Amino acid sequence: MSRTTLLYALPAAAILLIPLVTQNPYLLHMLVLVLMWVILGQSWNLLGGYTGQVSFGHAAFFGIGAYTTGILVKLGLSPAAAWWGLLLGGLAAMVVASVIGWICFRLRGPYFALSVLALAEVLRLVALNWKQLTNGAEGILFIPAFTSKAAYYYIVLAIAVASFLAIRGVMRSRLGSYFLAIREDQDCAESLGIDTTRYKLYSLLVSAFFTGVAGSFYMNYMGFIDPGIVFNIENISIMMILVVMLGGAGTMWGPAVGAVIYILMSEVFRVWVKRGHLVFFGVLIIIIIIWFPNGIVGTLNDWRARRKAQSAPSPEGA
Amino acid sequence: MSLLELADVTKRFGGLQAVGHLSFQLQKGEILGLIGPNGAGKTTVFNLINGYHPLTGGTVRFKGERIDGLKPHQVCHRGLARTFQVVKPLARLSVLDNVMVSAFSRTSHRSDALRTALDAIHFTEMDAWRDRLAGSLPLGMRKRLEMARALATKPELLLLDENFAGLNPTEVEKTIEIVRKIHGSGVTILIIEHNMRVIMSISHRVLCINYGEKLAEGAPTEVANDPQVIEAYLGAAHA
Amino acid sequence: MSGQVSGQLELLLQTLISGLLLGGLYSLIGLGMSLIMGVMKIINLAHGELMMIAMYVTFWCFTLAGMDPYVSVLIAFPLLFILGAAIQKFLIAPVMEVESILPENQVLLTVGIGLVLSNLALLAFSADYRSVPVSYASKAIYWDVSVGGQSLSLSFSVPMMVAFGIALVLGASLFLFLARTDLGRMIRATAQDKRAAALMGINTKRITYVTFGLGSALVGAAGSLLVPVYYVFPQIGGPFTLKAFIITVLGGMGNIPGAVLGGVVLGLAEALGSVYVSLGYKDAIGFVIFVLVLIFLPKGILGKGSA
Repeated sequence: MSRTTLLYALPAAAILLIPLVTQNPYLLHMLVLVLMWVILGQSWNLLGGYTGQVSFGHAAFFGIGAYTTGILVKLGLSPAAAWWGLLLGGLAAMVVASVIGWICFRLRGPYFALSVLALAEVLRLVALNWKQLTNGAEGILFIPAFTSKAAYYYIVLAIAVASFLAIRGVMRSRLGSYFLAIREDQDCAESLGIDTTRYKLYSLLVSAFFTGVAGSFYMNYMGFIDPGIVFNIENISIMMILVVMLGGAGTMWGPAVGAVIYILMSEVFRVWVKRGHLVFFGVLIIIIIIWFPNGIVGTLNDWRARRKAQSAPSPEGA
Repeated sequence: MSLLELADVTKRFGGLQAVGHLSFQLQKGEILGLIGPNGAGKTTVFNLINGYHPLTGGTVRFKGERIDGLKPHQVCHRGLARTFQVVKPLARLSVLDNVMVSAFSRTSHRSDALRTALDAIHFTEMDAWRDRLAGSLPLGMRKRLEMARALATKPELLLLDENFAGLNPTEVEKTIEIVRKIHGSGVTILIIEHNMRVIMSISHRVLCINYGEKLAEGAPTEVANDPQVIEAYLGAAHA
Repeated sequence: MSGQVSGQLELLLQTLISGLLLGGLYSLIGLGMSLIMGVMKIINLAHGELMMIAMYVTFWCFTLAGMDPYVSVLIAFPLLFILGAAIQKFLIAPVMEVESILPENQVLLTVGIGLVLSNLALLAFSADYRSVPVSYASKAIYWDVSVGGQSLSLSFSVPMMVAFGIALVLGASLFLFLARTDLGRMIRATAQDKRAAALMGINTKRITYVTFGLGSALVGAAGSLLVPVYYVFPQIGGPFTLKAFIITVLGGMGNIPGAVLGGVVLGLAEALGSVYVSLGYKDAIGFVIFVLVLIFLPKGILGKGSA
C-alpha cells in the first residue's frame, strides 16, 4: 500500500470505527455536530468562497429543510419514514433558493446577500404565525427514530462525505471553473462566454440543497425545532460564515477545519465560560477579517505557495 | 457578406453622445485598425459590439445576424472575442486555469478544454508562465494572457483593445508577431491602438473616429495623411 | 356618507396618519445607512445595533438622571457620532486595504461588530425588555373632522408627532449641511468619486470617519426618539437594520432624498399592512415590497439609485 493511500485510509478507518469503539453519547453528539457543521460550512463555501456570492441568511434553507421534515411528521408520517424529509427538505430549499436567486442574481451589488437574510426573517415570521402548519412558537417535537447516537453518526457522516465529494466534483468540472471566474471578475467572465446569472444560480442550488438536507437531519436528530432555533441569524447564518472564514474560504478542507474548531470553542464556552460566546465569536470574526482573511487553510496555502515561488526561478519575459 | 457590420450605430450616456451614426464593415480575413484621439469612443464601440452596453440606435451584424441586444456571453458563443484595455486577469487563478475558463466555452469536457487551453498558451508563447498566478504577472504577460484567453474561445473575430499600451519595444515586436500568427490562423482582427507604428505595420485598413463619429477610412497611409485625422490628433495648425 | 363607510374612512385615514408619522422615524434610520452607503459603498449591518446602543443610553439617562428621551438625543447624537467614527477609523478602514477571497469583507466586518455589540449589551443589561414610562407615552391629540356629513375622529400620537418633528428637523439639517457647508460638499464629492476627491485635496480618510460618524449619529437619534414608544432590549437592532436596508433600496442605493421617500413608503406600508392584512406579518410587508422593487424597479422608486 502506497504511503498516500495509507495517509488517507488510516484516518478514514478511524472515523468509520469510532462508534464501535466508544458508546459515549457526549462524544458521539459532539462528532455529529461537527459533521453537521462540516456540511453547512461546505455548502456556504461553495456559494460564498468559490463563487463569490456571499449570503447572510443561509439559515433560511436550513430552516426550510428542518420544517419540511417537521411538517411531514406533524402530518402523520412516522419519524422513521420522515427520513424522506432529507431529500424533500433539500429540494424544498432548492425551490425557494431558485426564486430568490433569479430575482437577485440579475442585479449587481449586495442585493443577494441581504435578500437571503430578509428571506430568513420572513420565513421565521411565517413559521411563527402559521400555527396550523408549524405549531408556531411551540415548535415541532417528536421522539427521534433511533435511540443510539451511532446511527445518526453514520447518517450525518454519509451526508458529509457525499456533499464533500459532490462539491469537489463540481469544482473540478466546468461548473467549478466558471464559479471561480465569476468570483474573480464578473465582467471578464461574461466576455469569456459565461452566463453569470445562470451559473450563480447553479451554485446557489447546490449550496441550498445541502443546507436544507442538513436542516432536515437536524430535525430528525434533535427531535425538536422552533422558528427561533432554525431560522436563527446569529447562531446559524452568521456561524456558517464564521466556520468557513475560520477554516479558509475557497478551500476544500477549510470548512471542515473551521467546523471542528468552532464546535470545540462552543463547547469550551458552554461548559466553562458559560456566557458571552457570541461576543467571543463576533470578535473572532473581526480578527479574522482584519488579520487572517484567508483563514487557516488559506493562510497555509499562501505560505506554501510563497515558499515554492521563492525556490523556483522566475521565467524570462517575452 | 461582411463578417462584421455596424450600421448607423449610436450610443448615448444620458445627455452625452459617445458614438454617433457610426457605420463600417469588416471583411473576413482583414485586420482593421481603429484609431482616434483619447476619448474618441473607441472602447465604447467595442463595448457596443461585445454586448457590454446596449445600443441607443443602429444595428450590429455579425456573420449576417444581428447581435445588438445580446449579452456578452452570447456574443462570445457566436464567435466574437475581445480583450480588455484595462486588463482583467482572474487574479487568484493560474494562467492555465484562466485560459481553461474560456476553453470551456466550446466544450464541457475537462480534457478537451485542457487541450485547447494548452494550445492557446503555446500559441501565445506563454508556456513558461503556465502555472503562475495571473495576479502576479507583469503587464506584458497579462496582456498576452488576454489574447490567450480570447483565443481559447476559438473566435472568428477578435477585438484587441490597446494590447500594446505600456509595452516596451521588445514586447511590442513580440506581440506584433503573435498578432500576425493569430491572423495567419484565420482569425479576423479589429484592433484599437494608439501606437501608430503598430497600426501601420499590421493593419490592412484603418478607420479613424473622433467624438464617436467616423472621420476617415481607408488604407493606412491614406488615413494617416488625411488632414482631418491630423487635425484631430495634433490640432488645426498642423493640418 | 353612511356610518359604515365613514368608519372605514376613519380607519384608513388613521392608518395613513400613523404610517406617515412612523415613516418620518424610518426615514431617519434609512438616511444614516444611505449616507454611509453613498460615500463608502459599504452596507453597515451593525446599523441596528448602533441604534440599540443609543436606546440604552437614553434609557439609562432617564433611569439614572431623569432625563427626558427627547433631551437625551443631544447626548446620544454626539456619542454615537464618536462611536461610529471610531469604528470606521479603527476597524473598517484597515480592512478596505486588505486583499481577500471574499468580496464583501467590509460588510462581514460590520456583521461581526453588530454581533459583538448586541451580545455585549446582552451581557451587560440582560435580555429584559426595558421601557421608559414617560407621562406622554400614550398621549394623543384628537382632531375631529367633518367629511360628507359624518364626523371622523382622528388621533395623532404625541410621542410619534414629536419624533416626526425632530426627525424632520434633523433631516432638513442634514440636507442643508450637505448642500451648503464645505464639509458637506466634501462628503458629496467623496461620494461621487473618491479618487477624484482625493486628487482635489480632500482628506478622504477623514471624510469616511465623519460620514460613518454622522450616519451612526442619525440612527442613534432615531433610537432615542423611538424609546418612548418601543421596548429597549439587546436584540432590537436586527429587524431595524433590515428595515434600513429596505428603505435604502426603495429609495435607490446611495440616494439621500430617496431614503426619505423610502422611509415614508415603508412606514405607510407597514401601517396599512398591520391593519388590513395581519399584525403578525407586519415586518414581512417590507420584505414583499423590497422584493417587488428588486424585480421591477431595481434602481429604486425614483429610478436614480445605483443598481
